[in-house]
Amino acid sequence: MDALFDFLRTYSTTIAVIGVSALLALSVWVTLYAGQLTLGNAAFMAVGAYVAALLGRHLDAPFPLALLIGAFAAALLALPLGAIVFRLRGVYLAIATLAFGEIVRVILLATPITGKGQGLNGIPPTTELWHIYLSLLIVAYVLWRVQGSTIGRAWAAIREDEIASASQGIAVGQHKLAAFVIGALIAGWAGGLSAHVTFSIDPSDFGFTKAVQVLVFAVVGGVPNVLGPILGAGLLTALPEVLRPLRDYRDIFQGAILLLVIIYLPRGLVTFVDVRRTRRLSRIGAVDVA
Amino acid sequence: MLLETVGLTKRFGGVTAVDRVDLRIVAGEALGLIGPNGAGKTTLINLISGVVGADGGTIRLSGADVTGLPAHRLAALGIARTFQGVRVFKGLTVHDNVLIGRHTRMRSDVLARLLPRPRDMADPDRARSLSLIERVGLGRRRSDVLAGELPYGDQRRLEIARALASEPRLLILDEPAAGMNPTESAGLRALIESLRAEGLTILLIEHDVRLVMDTCQRVAVLNFGRKIADGTPAEIQRDPAVREAYLGTEAVA
Amino acid sequence: MAEQLYNAVFIGSIYALFALGFALVFSVLDILNLAHPTVFMLGAFVALFAIGTLGLPWFVALAIAVLVTGLFGIVLDRVAFAPLRRRGAPALSSMISSLAVSLIVVRLVELRYGGDFITFPAGAVPAFVLRVGDATLEGIRLAIVVLSVALMVGLTYVLRRTQLGRDLRALAENPRAARLLGVDVDRAIAATFFVSSALGGLAGVLLAFAYNTLDSRMGVPLELRAFTVMVVGGMGSLPGAVIGAYILGFGEVASLVYLPTELRDAFAFGLLFLVLVVRPTGLLGQKSPDRV
Repeated sequence: MDALFDFLRTYSTTIAVIGVSALLALSVWVTLYAGQLTLGNAAFMAVGAYVAALLGRHLDAPFPLALLIGAFAAALLALPLGAIVFRLRGVYLAIATLAFGEIVRVILLATPITGKGQGLNGIPPTTELWHIYLSLLIVAYVLWRVQGSTIGRAWAAIREDEIASASQGIAVGQHKLAAFVIGALIAGWAGGLSAHVTFSIDPSDFGFTKAVQVLVFAVVGGVPNVLGPILGAGLLTALPEVLRPLRDYRDIFQGAILLLVIIYLPRGLVTFVDVRRTRRLSRIGAVDVA
Repeated sequence: MLLETVGLTKRFGGVTAVDRVDLRIVAGEALGLIGPNGAGKTTLINLISGVVGADGGTIRLSGADVTGLPAHRLAALGIARTFQGVRVFKGLTVHDNVLIGRHTRMRSDVLARLLPRPRDMADPDRARSLSLIERVGLGRRRSDVLAGELPYGDQRRLEIARALASEPRLLILDEPAAGMNPTESAGLRALIESLRAEGLTILLIEHDVRLVMDTCQRVAVLNFGRKIADGTPAEIQRDPAVREAYLGTEAVA
Repeated sequence: MAEQLYNAVFIGSIYALFALGFALVFSVLDILNLAHPTVFMLGAFVALFAIGTLGLPWFVALAIAVLVTGLFGIVLDRVAFAPLRRRGAPALSSMISSLAVSLIVVRLVELRYGGDFITFPAGAVPAFVLRVGDATLEGIRLAIVVLSVALMVGLTYVLRRTQLGRDLRALAENPRAARLLGVDVDRAIAATFFVSSALGGLAGVLLAFAYNTLDSRMGVPLELRAFTVMVVGGMGSLPGAVIGAYILGFGEVASLVYLPTELRDAFAFGLLFLVLVVRPTGLLGQKSPDRV
């Protein structure tokens, strides 16, 4: 038992980072499941982080409340995305979400209260490991249940064929927006948690690179079910830690895995879990990310 | 009068695909829509089902003006359709395809699913889907098959089951018999007949003119976007304008 | 004021060179090559290697950089895009695979050169100044503008007057028909990637020469601006990309005067987002953003 606690203590930051990464990956998963690619979730994470941290610092808000407000702020900010989500598809949508995310980040960079380029320092490390993993458990459970519900089925239909979906009575735009807003909510929550693990945050933590990284976790892990992003985040974060000497090569590692997965295993590593179904899908040419 | 279009028009760039078409569909009838390739039949039903917006004219459903409503609203109002060349959700199972068809009649069950449920709760939607799958001629055992794995003819049947799942008032079938052999078209004819016997109104686009003449009470003919004839099958067969449109084709004779 | 104008034209030209390569691949193959900013960076570093390690004069280094990046483009296609094309994968998969290659290449460069800013060896890069009125302008920027314009004209010529250009335009219109009509599709695609990456690499070398610095992440700001340029000019339109590039160049220089430095990036993204909401097809766009 002691050995376990020692292990947790030594690697606690890594384990925390894995948990947060898994949450972020799940936030992207929601939109991928509905067939949309979003590159803006890093910005929503930033909103959650800054709002939670500032509420704690200036208004002495209790931790859970600060997190909640941060998450809702992110979700609220995702609503204007509806203006584009209704009309754009594919790469245009990806670019638009990226632009949106970057605008948010740049505004954060320019607002005095956020400390601008220096970011915020001295954030109390209030987050415990169990906060992160309980959140992860709840989010994963809820998403799993939603996947099998009418909304989840609607998302899957939209991913397959938007026009046919609309003809079945599915309000495509609204469902897509819902996926984005839910994703933003989760990302915001994760951001708040993350800010209270690392002592400080600054805008560069939440840029294009971060957005890409989160996407990579979700894609490598896989889209078919909620296990995918969790697996992807865990694997890609833990592996370089475990293989210490490979630290410098982490990005190369991630790049290589991403390349192999997207070409040979487009539905992600989690397809190993249901090999039969994957084989059936590849036979009918329906095996792809989104 | 279930559905009525008045002066319905659609232009694509310089081409007028549908040109001031007046169409009337009476509740409970099967209306056939025929015409040479490129006559505008699919565009017309795209307009009626809300997939594209009209450039002119109106559409009335049971007297209410539904012009300009998007596809999902029209589906909720009772218009269901199949697509030329079949658009089933290939990566999803047969059962899921039909359940999605039922979207407008199902209540969102998200909240219910978040709480653990007793296992033996009967699911009326599931039961209904399975019976529809059987009705169109797919076996109940196939409900877990991926739609993309089905042979083409079965995918066509699945599309019909999916369309029926929403309990529509008007069912639009876009060339359902394309590529079917005589046995299969006979089966299709029987299905359409039994659906009509239950009071469903059907709009049937087909190139198999014999099927249309045998199944439909009335037939409308389009050519170059305009309606050139409208009447009983017998009247259409005698109509000189129709003969001219199908110039040289044996099909109408 | 003259200096601002000069800079605007210069930066617009760099954007245009970069965006042209990007737009070329998109218009012919319908994919966003997210590794394009990486060939931009690669060009600069190949030049650095040629000058610093091999001791070659700058114009040789330039030629080598262009050649190497062009070839890299062909390799990139073989590795990241061709397998997906064979499978008929959606455009998003290509975005992700090119992203993956990007990650690898950037990291490799960083392992060799580190992540900080590097300058060229003293005297290696030609530098001269022009005096216009009472303004002192860096001559190399003018040379770059002239070169860029010449290349744009050259590219237009190739696309309109040569067999290769016709093949590419056929491929862009309808790949299946092009193949049936006898177009050597593989050769055309290889040529597309060569030209596109060579242009990107060239833009990288030129920018590095102009500022006398380079770093492993130099492609990132350009990548994001390339999106703006393409969307404003119209996705898939090459002349649109050029126009969009100059609009962005002028807009950015102007906004620098009025906006605080932190918000400089905001202009590009704000413009991008605005255009996507209001008029996604851009100025000269041909491909509807409603189609995936």
